[in-house]
This record gives sequence, C-alpha cells and structure tokens, in this order.
Amino acid sequence: MVDGHYSLELERITCRFASRDDPGMPYVAVAEASLAVRAGEFVAVVGPTGCGKSTLLNVAAGLLAPSSGAVRVHGEPLVGINRKAGYMFQADALMPWRSALANVTAGLEFRGIEAGEARAQGQAWLQRVGLGGFGARYPHQLSGGMRKRVALAQMLALDPEILLMDEPFSALDVQTRQLMENELLALWSANRKSVIFITHDLEEAISLSDRVIVLSAGPGTHPIGEFVIDLPRPRDVAEIRLTPRFVALHTRIWHAMKDEVMKAYAAQYAPLPEGA
Amino acid sequence: MKVRYAQLLLLFALLLGWGLLTDPRVPAFYFDNPDKAAFFFGEPLKVLGRLANWFVGGEIYPHLWVTLLETLLAFVLGTVGGIAMGLWLGLAPTAAAILDPYIKALNAMPRVILAPIFMVWFGLGMASKVALGITLVFFIVFFNVYQGVREVSPAVLANARMLGASQRQLLRHVYMPSALSWVFASLHNSVGLAFVGAVVGEYLGSAEGVGYLIHQAEGVFDINTVIAGILLLTLFALVLDGAVGWIESRLMVWQPHAGDTTQL
Repeated sequence: MVDGHYSLELERITCRFASRDDPGMPYVAVAEASLAVRAGEFVAVVGPTGCGKSTLLNVAAGLLAPSSGAVRVHGEPLVGINRKAGYMFQADALMPWRSALANVTAGLEFRGIEAGEARAQGQAWLQRVGLGGFGARYPHQLSGGMRKRVALAQMLALDPEILLMDEPFSALDVQTRQLMENELLALWSANRKSVIFITHDLEEAISLSDRVIVLSAGPGTHPIGEFVIDLPRPRDVAEIRLTPRFVALHTRIWHAMKDEVMKAYAAQYAPLPEGA
Repeated sequence: MKVRYAQLLLLFALLLGWGLLTDPRVPAFYFDNPDKAAFFFGEPLKVLGRLANWFVGGEIYPHLWVTLLETLLAFVLGTVGGIAMGLWLGLAPTAAAILDPYIKALNAMPRVILAPIFMVWFGLGMASKVALGITLVFFIVFFNVYQGVREVSPAVLANARMLGASQRQLLRHVYMPSALSWVFASLHNSVGLAFVGAVVGEYLGSAEGVGYLIHQAEGVFDINTVIAGILLLTLFALVLDGAVGWIESRLMVWQPHAGDTTQL
C-alpha cells in the first residue's frame, strides 16, 4: 500500500472498550486493522455479525477515536469529524421533525448555504432519488425504502468525496433492496466517489464492489482476505448474481469467510449437541 | 359527532340527577331533613345562578384575572426554567451527577408546604402564589426535558454531526426539537398544577382571586358559591389545556399519530 493515491487509509487501527462485566479486562473490538480505499473505488467490507465492522467505519468517519493507529484522508491525518466523508447509517438517522426536503438540505444549511439555494439543490437531489413529489412529507409518512432514499440524497447533497455506508439497505425487503443497490450504482457511476460499503451479505458485497475485504470474527477484528471483483460494469445486481464469474467469486470468498462465520456463531451461541 | 351528543347527554343526566337529589321538594331518603342534601351538595340551579350573577354583576372579573395571571406566570416561568435547566443538565453529565441527589430531594418534597414560607418571603400578594406554582411546574418540565435530551437517538445525533452541525446547531436542530415532544407531554400536567399553585396559595392567605372567593364562601357555609368557584376553575383549566393542545398540534406536525389512518 505505497500507492499514495488513496483517498482514505486506516493503518493498524486498534479499538479497545472498557468491558461492562469486567472493567479490568478491556474488550478489543478491532485489532491492528489496516485498509485503504483508492479514489473512485468501491470497496465492500464483509464480516460475520458483531465483528466490529461499524466500529471500523466510525473510526473512518471520525466519530470514534481509535485507541491506537492512524487515519489519513488524502494523506492528511484525520482530526475530529471527517469533513470529506458522508455517512449512511444502518438505523433510521433522519431527523423526524424535518420534512424530507428539510432533511436533505440540513447539511447545506449547517454549512451556511443560503436557504433558497439549499432548497433548490435539495429538491434536485430528491428528484434524482425518485422522490421529487415527496419533499413535504415527514419521515414517518414515508416507507422504509423511501426513507433510505432520503438518507442517500441527504448524504450526496453535500457532495462528499468519500461515502461510508454501514449496512444501509439491510432493513429493506429483497426487491426494494436490489432497486436501491442499482440506483446507488447508477449514482456512483455518474460521479465516482470512494466508497466503503459495510455489509454482512456477501452477494451484496460482490455485486456492488470493485474489491471485497473479509474481516475476521470478533473480538480483535482485522482483515483476513482481499478479493478483486473483476465483474464488468455497468452491472444489474439481480442479473449479475446468475453469471458464472459471480458464482466462482462467491465460492472463493465464502470459502475464506466460512471459518470466521462459524467462529462468530460459536462465540454467540451454545454449541449444538453432537449429531444435531 | 355521536360521541359529542353522548357527552352532552351525560352532562345533562348528571346535572339532572344532582338537581333532583338535592331539591328540598323531593323527599329525603338518606338525610332526616330534605334541606340537608342541598346544604351539603348545593343545588345546580343556584350554582348556575351564582355563576351568572358573577359574570353579569362583574364581581368575578378582578378575581378571575388575578388567578389566571398567577397561573399563567407560574406556567410560563416554570416552563422556561424547566427547559433551560433540563437542557443544561442533559448536556452536562458531570453537573447532572453532582446535582442528582438534590434534585431528587427537591422533587420528592411535598412542595405545597412551601406555601407558608413563600408568604413570609413574598407577602400575601400575587408573588407568593406564582412562586408556589413555579415550584410545581418546574420539576415536571425539567424532568421531561432532561429525559428528552438524553434520549436523543444516537444515530440522528451522529448523522447531524456527519452533516457538519456545530455544537450550537446540534442544540438548535437536534436536542431542542427532540426534547420538545417531551415538553408538550408534560405541559398538559403543568397547566393543571399551575392552577393548583395559584388556588392553594390564595386559599391559604390572600385578599383576591377565585381561591379567596372559595375560602370566603366556605367560611359562611355557602356551598353553592364554593361549587360555582370550583366549576369556574375547572372550566378555565380546560380552556388552558385546550390552548396547549392547539399549540402542540401546530408545532408537532411531524409526529406520527395513532389515528393517522382510519379504517372505513
């Protein structure tokens, strides 16, 4: 990793948390994890549940300071919130007291952009995610998929160079999810940003990304494998899953992941009885 | 609309029952003397007559004005203080941890017993009643705002920070609106308690106000006037509660309501 053209680098990140059960023994969520994203590259990070994927992303966003390790944005050390990055959360993170349009314009408003100008830009972004006529609705009046679209527009309206996405579509049903994935790819192809897309779904990771990074099971999560996805673009996430190349990649990555998933599973649940 | 008719019908039935049971012409079945029921429970027609007299004669206006002013002052000052304190302690965990036992103690204390002290401090005029009302309103609003600030969704907060909100913008655009829904939940209670502060204060010692009128009437066993005063206070408490509800529906349009979709 000496390329020098990385827009985001995480180097030997370790995150320790005070354990609730035993304050003397800190819980190491992430250990010595390094990863880097090139400008305009779509990187998917997969790992078993509870492995500290979100922790890693929060470090990249500047929301969480690592216990040790370095974060660099365009080669510069990160101080405070990562201003170059947009973040899309797994949970609903829209402000419920703002209409869809006001949510999209929130970031512009925080940055002191004049209200009329912000409204025009916000409306354009709502149009781009297919919600042009829904600007006046409040989040509770929108469906789960629509709320995700608003969140996407909210993030993209600030034109961030780096997109951090934490399982953004995991709460959606399969059809809505594939629609959203295709729209994300279309928006991304039109204006290529660096993306870190966290997911636990390997198929989603392969169909979206240029590169898949596999994380180990927690505690002490770190990358254990990296796979270049050489599937042609533009892609349709539903169709590409049927191609032989996709299946071959899936088999290879799943093979690398399987042990970690079993480890994570064993740590969370009591072992099944013999022969079960 | 059917509910409204049923409600009016119930009111009419209650008044009719009350009137019949206390009318001296109706033979008494519990008291040994037909006049006793009227003595203890008043008579609805006389109560209404008393209310009408008050308003037509104009005798009530200065008293009502004093009580309402005390109530409104206590309500507004207590609410503003509660919001300010709630925001501060909600955002300053160290200060909150230090003050915690004191706040708990003040809240647990039956604050009506402060009324005599306030009278010594602030005299028999309006100030002592307002002070009593404030102590009642403040804690309800304070606890709700405090809770509201601490229960801001972490995702919404992190999102606003990622969108570039400064500390002040977080306060203005995230903490305040989030706390506001809790504030309104508490305001309905506080309106009633502001009235309690004003009336109890007047009752314990004053020269004007509806509480004073009630106290005077009670001294001469004029039960009809006592009940007329109670009804008047209830009516105005309802009006104030309605006003809070109206403001709430204006400010809280973003909140989902259980009745948003009705089955046809």
